Amino acid sequence: MTERIKNEWFSNIRPDLLSGLVVALALIPEAIAFSIIAGVDPKVGLYAAFSIAIITAFTGGRPAMISAATGAMALLMVTLVREHGLQYLFAATILTGLLQIGAGYFRLGSLMRFVSRSVVTGFVNALAILIFMAQLPELTNVTWPVYAMTAGGLALIYLFPLLPVIGKSLPSPLVAIILLTGISMAAGLDIRTVGDMGQLPDTLPVFLWPEVPLNMETLSIIFPYAIGLATVGLLESMMTATIVDDLTDTGSDKNRECRAQGIANIGAGLIGGMAGCGMIGQSVINVKSGGRGRLSSFSAGFFLLVMVVFFDAWIRQIPMAALVAVMIMVSIGTFSWESLLNLRKHPPSTSIVMLVTVITVVGTHNLAIGVFAGILLASLFFANKVGHFMLVKKELDSSGTTRTYRVIGQIFFASADKFTDSFDFREAVARVVIDLSGAHFWDISAVSALDKAVIKFRREGARVEIIGMNEASTTIVDRFGVHDKPEEVEKILSGH
Amino acid sequence: MKIITACLDGSTGAKAVCDAGVWAAKKLEAPLQLLHVLEKESLPPSGDLSGTIGFGSRQRLLEQLVLLDAEKSRIGREHGEALLAEARNLAEQSGMTDLTTLQLHGSLVETLTDLEPEIRLAVMGRKGELHGTANHAIGSHLEHAIRTLHCPVLVVMQEFHVPTRFMIAFDASPTSRKALDMVLASPLLLGCECHIVMAGKAAMTHPAYLEAATRDLKEKGFKTTSALLEGTAAEAIGNYAATNQIELMVMGAYGHKPIRRFLVGSTTTRMLAETTIPLLILR
Repeated sequence: MTERIKNEWFSNIRPDLLSGLVVALALIPEAIAFSIIAGVDPKVGLYAAFSIAIITAFTGGRPAMISAATGAMALLMVTLVREHGLQYLFAATILTGLLQIGAGYFRLGSLMRFVSRSVVTGFVNALAILIFMAQLPELTNVTWPVYAMTAGGLALIYLFPLLPVIGKSLPSPLVAIILLTGISMAAGLDIRTVGDMGQLPDTLPVFLWPEVPLNMETLSIIFPYAIGLATVGLLESMMTATIVDDLTDTGSDKNRECRAQGIANIGAGLIGGMAGCGMIGQSVINVKSGGRGRLSSFSAGFFLLVMVVFFDAWIRQIPMAALVAVMIMVSIGTFSWESLLNLRKHPPSTSIVMLVTVITVVGTHNLAIGVFAGILLASLFFANKVGHFMLVKKELDSSGTTRTYRVIGQIFFASADKFTDSFDFREAVARVVIDLSGAHFWDISAVSALDKAVIKFRREGARVEIIGMNEASTTIVDRFGVHDKPEEVEKILSGH
Repeated sequence: MKIITACLDGSTGAKAVCDAGVWAAKKLEAPLQLLHVLEKESLPPSGDLSGTIGFGSRQRLLEQLVLLDAEKSRIGREHGEALLAEARNLAEQSGMTDLTTLQLHGSLVETLTDLEPEIRLAVMGRKGELHGTANHAIGSHLEHAIRTLHCPVLVVMQEFHVPTRFMIAFDASPTSRKALDMVLASPLLLGCECHIVMAGKAAMTHPAYLEAATRDLKEKGFKTTSALLEGTAAEAIGNYAATNQIELMVMGAYGHKPIRRFLVGSTTTRMLAETTIPLLILR
């Protein structure tokens, strides 16, 4: 026990603290920008980032993963905030947390296996596109200095790391923000700054219960949002956990992570923060900077709060253009560029699933709907593909009186019709043998297809024998089949 | 047939582990297995603190990390193979024929736990690879392994000589009584001179147990000397071993309850750290 704590927290102290600092510095602009996407004061996102990072550091199932206020979640709460206000957002955040804890206890983390690779890619790409689109209002109808600032910021972010030594030891987004803030203050430019976007935190967060009436009406307002938030939050967190698993070549406890996300969101809701989840980009930065233990997530949250509370006068001055540059970097880093190259290489069905996910998300601005569409489509494609793996071979014995059908493959709703069609009912033979030793019956569509075939053959006066059915198929056929139950067959034949 | 497993690593004590394994295997007429476990240290690469996530950051980072790990693991594996080959040579020269080598990925303790049903005796060095020459350092896995495993563990020092005189640290507790029974039943130490001692509080309260134990040993044909010692267990036993030129110590391990172990410390851990002779730990 103590050994595990030591291993998870203090096995990697120096790199963990350093990477925590880098992540905290990168988190500040993101948390502010995501608050602006959601339409709330920057302090809501910053408090959320602080509390979620700290709580998941203790409770999470995946050490070194960074969770905080995220774009995916922010995008889902826009209309809630606009139509009902901030207090309902806090209430929805707490409900999201409860739902996620429930998901953790019901082990829904393992449902992630139904989310195919292409849905995940679609999710990530859609997220990147939405984050990018959320920056556009800051870039339309503005003066030229804003464009110059944004372009300069992007150049700094991507070129600064190329400098020897210093380039790799200072976070370049931070360098860009500091320089641009300095320039805009020195030149006295009249452009929008973070201070114009709403209140910044000036104190440590305090406990506050959301001021909403506790009744069914409130629940009916927040519940749909909470469901979406919980789903998207878990989805992105599980994906992030998998990415960190891959990068660090270690395992994680996904269901524990579900519960941790829930606890963190309840915590965030109770101190005036918005809902959040695992962050792909930040977790990659954390691993890249050497973070491996829980201490890295903890120090990210801790440093973030310290900096935000003590430097709020400076943060106020950050021009929005600098934040936009950072967000564009985040969307570029989040987008899976390789998926564009793979569009032609991968089978069309895979690419279609990915594209449908992206299009649905961009159309509805709701990642949850997009993911469901993707999963549904992927399942249909899969059913279709497996349905192809069904083959019926026909053999006539030497005397010409016995016809043997050898069925190989999976019989279920998608292949049942094909199964029925492969029998030749017009052929007049005395005996029909259906050899099912290579076949598997999955559902009642399959069973009724078999029934139909057997009954049709009997009508034509053939004796039908079924051989070689495997045990699992026998169970379902016995339960639902009618061809071996004379009284049922009677009913069908007599037209009832 | 259960086997003797010698756990090797790249430390200076590897030869001693191999020698001890050969000795035990011959005495017990059991096959000898030379085991090397490739452990992964999860030390992160030198940090890139630039904080940018550029085009395809994730894929590129993964590729880099995989390359790094692959190279490290390949070298580790080859090193392990060389180590095992050398140990095999050594064992063959001392006339071992029933010999297998095994190299696995994972942590030593986990691997041993998996293999445990097959193991009759595990031989380990006291110092690990990481400790260099620090004097009282216990190998990073040793204590954990001894606590976890239920099979006998032979802990050897930097060098190993076939023992002719051994001693049993006896305190009349169930663990040490079991240890005594195992000595009586096993051919491993037959023919050696035996000293059985009792120290600490047990020496005051249960001297009769010591007499009974001595009688049992004598019946089995051990040339036995018994002694009651004063002072704290670890110290008194250490002194006795030094003055009587004991070459191997037999003891039960971790008999105390966890809470006492936490408050007072464990005799076994102290013995492990301070001893200069091989320890045979029976559970």
